[in-house]
Amino acid sequence: MKKQGKEHPGKKKRDAAFFATAGPVSAWMILFVLIPLIYIVAISFMRRSAYGGVKLGFTFENIFQIFDLSNLRVFGQSILMAGITTVACILIAYPFAYFVAKKGEIEKTIFMALVMVPFMISSLIRLFAWINLLRREGVINRFLMFLGVIDEPLQLVYNYVGSIIGMTYTLLPFMILPLYSSIEKLDKSLLEAGSDLGAKPVTAFMRITLPLTMPGIFAGTIMTFIPALGMFFVTDLMGGSKILVIGSLIRNEFITAKNWPLGAALSLFLIVITLLLVKLYQKNGGSMDDLGGA
Amino acid sequence: MKKNKLLQNLYILLVFLFLYTPIVMVIIFSFNTSKMNIVWEGFTVEWYGSFFKNRTLMDALWTSVLIAVVSTAVSTVIGTLGAIGLSRYDFKGKELIDQLLYIPIVIPEVVLGVSLLCIFSIMNMPLGIVTITLSHITFCIPFVVMNVRARLAGFDRFLEEAAMDLGANEVTTFFKVTLPLIMPGVSSGALLSFSLSLDDVIISFFVTGPGSTTLPLKILSMVKTSVTPEVNALSAIIMLVLIVVISIRAGYSVKQIQKKQSLKA
Repeated sequence: MKKQGKEHPGKKKRDAAFFATAGPVSAWMILFVLIPLIYIVAISFMRRSAYGGVKLGFTFENIFQIFDLSNLRVFGQSILMAGITTVACILIAYPFAYFVAKKGEIEKTIFMALVMVPFMISSLIRLFAWINLLRREGVINRFLMFLGVIDEPLQLVYNYVGSIIGMTYTLLPFMILPLYSSIEKLDKSLLEAGSDLGAKPVTAFMRITLPLTMPGIFAGTIMTFIPALGMFFVTDLMGGSKILVIGSLIRNEFITAKNWPLGAALSLFLIVITLLLVKLYQKNGGSMDDLGGA
Repeated sequence: MKKNKLLQNLYILLVFLFLYTPIVMVIIFSFNTSKMNIVWEGFTVEWYGSFFKNRTLMDALWTSVLIAVVSTAVSTVIGTLGAIGLSRYDFKGKELIDQLLYIPIVIPEVVLGVSLLCIFSIMNMPLGIVTITLSHITFCIPFVVMNVRARLAGFDRFLEEAAMDLGANEVTTFFKVTLPLIMPGVSSGALLSFSLSLDDVIISFFVTGPGSTTLPLKILSMVKTSVTPEVNALSAIIMLVLIVVISIRAGYSVKQIQKKQSLKA
């Protein structure tokens, strides 16, 4: 793995300042991130006890059980929805980030602040507003019928369409931010050089802009695809009761069925998917700091 | 060329329409006389007064604000110090801590939620405000570290050395030199932490206990049936407050840009 920290001249020896600065953050991350995750991995290989607890011992039972047929169907459904959501986010966010990056400094600052403002309202409230907009008697159906585009109201919510709209809406800014910062950093002289050498705008885009902004697309994909696998409240609200994501299965095992080892095994599955994608991202030269929106 | 510009602006407008239509709906329905929140009946400002009297809603709001304030304060302090420590010292296990910091950012929230639930249950901690706050601090710290680290990257260490040479001790140097220079990173980390904490649904869902319902959890329980206009009114006010904070910050950076531009000219 690559080193992330910046080297500074004159690294000091460990002193009181070392323990005061690096100490708390290290202790906190070990106690509340490392140990909990190790524990989750450990109980994936244990049995449930009679009263909703965990019994010591070693078994592959839970790992086999997560791949049973009904779970596999949810995995497929969840991965497909996350994939469609990610593609939708890229298609909406890329031109947007590209056009905004061409504006003047002040307009850029204002537009990017405007992207964040909707996040100041509870995501649940915004999803509820979407349900209102998308209902059979909602504004969007009425508007389309008024225009004569459709004769019958469309079923836009409580199904896959609704779930995907909800996820795309919730996750769009997490695609816009990394894309924008990678497009903004783009060296404009390369494009000029390309066009001086006779490249048409389309060619210049395909051969210069797109490859150079690929890390941004990848960062945005990580920030939308992975959360989309876990966002059970979006499908709960906008997908009706039938549509589940992997996160809904985990929730059900931990809260309803009280089968923690099985829930942990399902979490392990998500951890593995996350690690694989992050490794792939790092291998392609992606910087982890670009994921935090800093 | 001009037509191109027009099309581009139209596209930007369309994306903003997508982002803002639900927000406009929330605001419109907060002035609706109908309690059903589905059809428009007439104009009223009644809800802006009545949510104050709704005990459960107000309790949830205060719980959320309390948790958000404490989580922001703690994670900003730990995260800021941590970013400095991690960039200045090399130590065994530094790589590990660096990697651990990325986990809350990339891992699905549901996984972090159940892992924290497990650890609280081993530690025998009763679920409630304390466990929610500890969890929020956990996912806020990395965002603070990352924002502060971005500022530290362009930071001139000689300024600190100059202050020390002039006789300032480490604490004075930190408050008089280091902190003011990294302040933009600290404040954007803090703002991000506050809004993440205030809006968190999934992690709070797993580590909440009786008597510690946060506003998002309260809304989650309402949203399945129907959200009342009171909740819309309350959301509109929360948004207004946060927008004021954001615009002050945005206005400040616009001023900075103008200053830079006039210096160049």
